[in-house]
Amino acid sequence: MTNSLRPDGRKPHEMRPIEADAGLIDQADGSARFKIGDTEAYASVYGPQELHPRHKQDPKQGKLRCEYNMLPFAGDGSRVRPGFSRRGEEISHVTTKALEPAVDLSEYPNAVVDVHIELTQTDAGSRCAGICAGSMALADAGIPMTDIVPAVSAGKIDDTIVVDLNGEEEHLGGNETPDLPVALIPRDETFSLMQLDGILTRDDLKECVETVKPALLDIAEKQQEALRSQYDTGVES
Amino acid sequence: MNQSMKNHLKESLEQDVRVDGRTRHEHRDVDVETGVISTAEGSARVTAGDAELLAGVKIESREPYPDSPDEGSIMVNVELLSMSHKDFESGRPGIESIEPSRVIDRGLRESGAIDLKSLCIEEGETVLGISIDIVPLNYDGNIYGLGGLAALAAVKDLTMPAVDDNGNIDWDEEGDLDVDLAHDPLPVTVYKIDDLLLIDPTREEEQAADARLTVTTLDDERVCSLQKGGDAPISDDEFNEMIDLAFDTTESLRDNIDAI
Repeated sequence: MTNSLRPDGRKPHEMRPIEADAGLIDQADGSARFKIGDTEAYASVYGPQELHPRHKQDPKQGKLRCEYNMLPFAGDGSRVRPGFSRRGEEISHVTTKALEPAVDLSEYPNAVVDVHIELTQTDAGSRCAGICAGSMALADAGIPMTDIVPAVSAGKIDDTIVVDLNGEEEHLGGNETPDLPVALIPRDETFSLMQLDGILTRDDLKECVETVKPALLDIAEKQQEALRSQYDTGVES
Repeated sequence: MNQSMKNHLKESLEQDVRVDGRTRHEHRDVDVETGVISTAEGSARVTAGDAELLAGVKIESREPYPDSPDEGSIMVNVELLSMSHKDFESGRPGIESIEPSRVIDRGLRESGAIDLKSLCIEEGETVLGISIDIVPLNYDGNIYGLGGLAALAAVKDLTMPAVDDNGNIDWDEEGDLDVDLAHDPLPVTVYKIDDLLLIDPTREEEQAADARLTVTTLDDERVCSLQKGGDAPISDDEFNEMIDLAFDTTESLRDNIDAI
């Protein structure tokens, strides 16, 4: 097999270049930026703070609330109109579910932790970039966590399973490339986000999940590195 | 803002010392970077102290309005992202984002900087609309001045996509239509706390302000729009002083724009 099946010349399992940093929005309790190729997500965390209206409070534990939004100039093509969208609502919901298993809010009854995720520019993979930035911002805010949460997509071009589809690859040759975004809880290697657009065989699906795992662990390392460098005092402990 | 915080701000201002160490008429160091958003047709990032904003320009083709069949349009939209400050909530935009949207919009429009007729593809059928969206990433005051600067920088960075006779846009092709700005309208807001004037406020300072005056200046000693805001009225002496201070402030800010 040649390596030229991907338009940008990447190898099948190769991700786009990643930039990750934490703590850049100082108005927020925690923040992060995660950029993969031309897709860039900022996330900020506010809280824990009291949840209003009060009937939504949970006396047993705090609540995680994520909000995913594309900025009006973040799409390829026309302007994205601000405000409510069904797509945004769904992605906000699955993002919350992707991050929840790694967050421990049992110490914060009746509280809410808000994660605001803004995409400044996108070239596919935006929900995954949002989850990566969101989990880093939660860690930066000092929210009790059991793990960092990396996310990336797997897909299939021709007969080859590939990792981290870009926008061009999503629509190769007029076809919709199957696209499977996945988020991982690295500690126990469980998946907290799994979606699929497009058609894959049973065996392909299993191969996708196996293939994407090393990439996810790679991302987790980059996320942790960014957080460590933010707090590295240079003093040996 | 509580009264003791406000009193503290006032007492320091009387000594001409601000919370971040500046004097009353001193602007934060400004940095303007263009071409920062791959998906926008024009974009800019403005930083000033802790404040950081993005502006992005998008182009759309549409039918002209009946009363101006041969003119395109510009639209400015400020969204105070809940990501950027704890005071902002998602949902319907409030007056705190609508007013700067309208004021920055008016400055660009009234200056005549953009020739709207040059955005006409076919009279009565198809014109182009320029949308300029301004968002703070980290909000720390002065949305009028910093947002207006970002908007102008993003428009100056604009590269038009190719548009065919029917108004279909090819986003991957560069077009031959050039949007040359006839002027560089730059809004500056002067704030008044008690009887003291200051510029480029932080979030705390703008919340403590009793009045403000936004002055959009052109590059040739002219003014193309004004907006008085806040609860307190201003005297004619104050007005004159505010206008002069606005011109002094723009003079140094223009260096950032002239370089684009």
